[in-house]
Amino acid sequence: MLEVTGVTTKYGAISALRDAGLSVGAGEVVGLIGPNGAGKTTLLGSIAGLLRPDMGTVTFDGNDITNVAPEKILRAGLALVPEHRRIFTDMTVEENLKIGGVTVKASERAALLEEMADLFPVLKKKWDVPAGYMSGGEAQQLAIARALMSKPKLLMMDEPSLGLAPILVDLVFDLIEQLRDQGRTILVVEQNATRMLQAADRAYVLRSGEVVASGTGAELLARTDLFDTFVAG
Amino acid sequence: MTQLLQNIIDGLGRGSIYALLALGVAVVFGIMHLLNFAHGELITIPGYLTYWAFNHGWNWWTVVPLILVSAVGSSLLIERIAFSRVRGAKDFTMLLTSFGVHFIVSALFLLYVSASVKSIQRPGWAADTVALGSLRIEIFDLLVIGVTIVTLLATTWLLQRTMFGLSLRAAASDFEAARLMGVNSDSVIRGAFALSGFLAGIAGIFWLMRAGSVTPTAGIDPMLKGVLAALIGGLGSLRGAVVGGLVLGLAEVLLRAWLPEGIQNLTTGFVFVLIALLFIFKPGGLLAVPQVERV
Repeated sequence: MLEVTGVTTKYGAISALRDAGLSVGAGEVVGLIGPNGAGKTTLLGSIAGLLRPDMGTVTFDGNDITNVAPEKILRAGLALVPEHRRIFTDMTVEENLKIGGVTVKASERAALLEEMADLFPVLKKKWDVPAGYMSGGEAQQLAIARALMSKPKLLMMDEPSLGLAPILVDLVFDLIEQLRDQGRTILVVEQNATRMLQAADRAYVLRSGEVVASGTGAELLARTDLFDTFVAG
Repeated sequence: MTQLLQNIIDGLGRGSIYALLALGVAVVFGIMHLLNFAHGELITIPGYLTYWAFNHGWNWWTVVPLILVSAVGSSLLIERIAFSRVRGAKDFTMLLTSFGVHFIVSALFLLYVSASVKSIQRPGWAADTVALGSLRIEIFDLLVIGVTIVTLLATTWLLQRTMFGLSLRAAASDFEAARLMGVNSDSVIRGAFALSGFLAGIAGIFWLMRAGSVTPTAGIDPMLKGVLAALIGGLGSLRGAVVGGLVLGLAEVLLRAWLPEGIQNLTTGFVFVLIALLFIFKPGGLLAVPQVERV
């Protein structure tokens, strides 16, 4: 479904990502783990069109989406829950969700709103509240629900558990598992490597901008040489 | 007391026009951080078309739609020719670009039309008044206030209830995040300029009716009022822009009424002193946009 090949992305003269590659198949939950500054967010940004890779290609469903504008990539079926959530704080929960569904037909949008209200009871309770008044855990759920409103074929999440209390981290991982059981395809960047490896079908390990290992969760958990990667988070 | 009420209505009449101008400035600023010093051209250009139209036998009934269409068209055209090239540039670069647009438009009218004042006939009822108890209210003021209220209600509906309005607000809040949701950056920016132009067009109708003339630099005064009102209200806040416009209109009229005879010509200077005082105590303006900490 998603193929990333040889992607190098630079900030000025510094390569944040070197020759990175990964693939995600339909129905898979794939983790992307690694210490701070390893280039995980850069990789997601390069896929979602926020950053322009200097080299390499990104294809989605067989179409080249390298250097395509973010709104076009979303329309192709690839949604990103960005780092720090970036919900629209002065808009209500309902308005945030509507914007998430800006690309779908009005009738379908209404049905999706109901679906999200069922899937996220917390959001239903705060439907008309400005999103800026929500707690971190609620805001994270809103960010995920907002991305789901576009009916993505592939959902990407950047550090969904970052800054959340342990009980809410559990909630986020429960949610990832719930979405996986619905058959959704998900690519998640996480610092919480152990939890991620338990929840993912497969994972890639990034370090200093390069993919240094990949495999199933169990395979990677057994790799003692990657131990520093797992405790870094 | 009667005099005060009279002044307040007069001030609200003026302030309504300023509010529409400021709202147009704020809509564009919100979405691309451009403080548009060429906003007044959206009155100058329709102004010259109005002058041309009256010389060709048009009347106010047909000129009003002409002003609205040409204001929206000019706004979109200026965006296409100038501002689309500096999208995402530093705020200062965009500010200078807008100055450039202002000077080029003025120069074009100076070169190809005339430096002299071109008059536009005022509508016959412009100076008529109605008596309300002991008050004598200009029909013009009542009309301006009424039309402004309707325009603001319609704009509120647009921003709250339509997908275009939601997209505009989302893009103003976090442009990149809005694009990640699929909001098309081109259409939302063009939409903002169209809305800004429409609001300037409504303001322009009344501005031209009251001024009764147009010159190559006619845009400076409405631009200053709009930008100042947006600053007073708190740049980036749409509600603030409206409040800022009304406050500026009231301040002008009340100062002119209260200042001792002899220094009434210094009204504008005193308005700036008040604005300076405001910024000392509330640097962000009356309804400053709170900077949300992103964690």
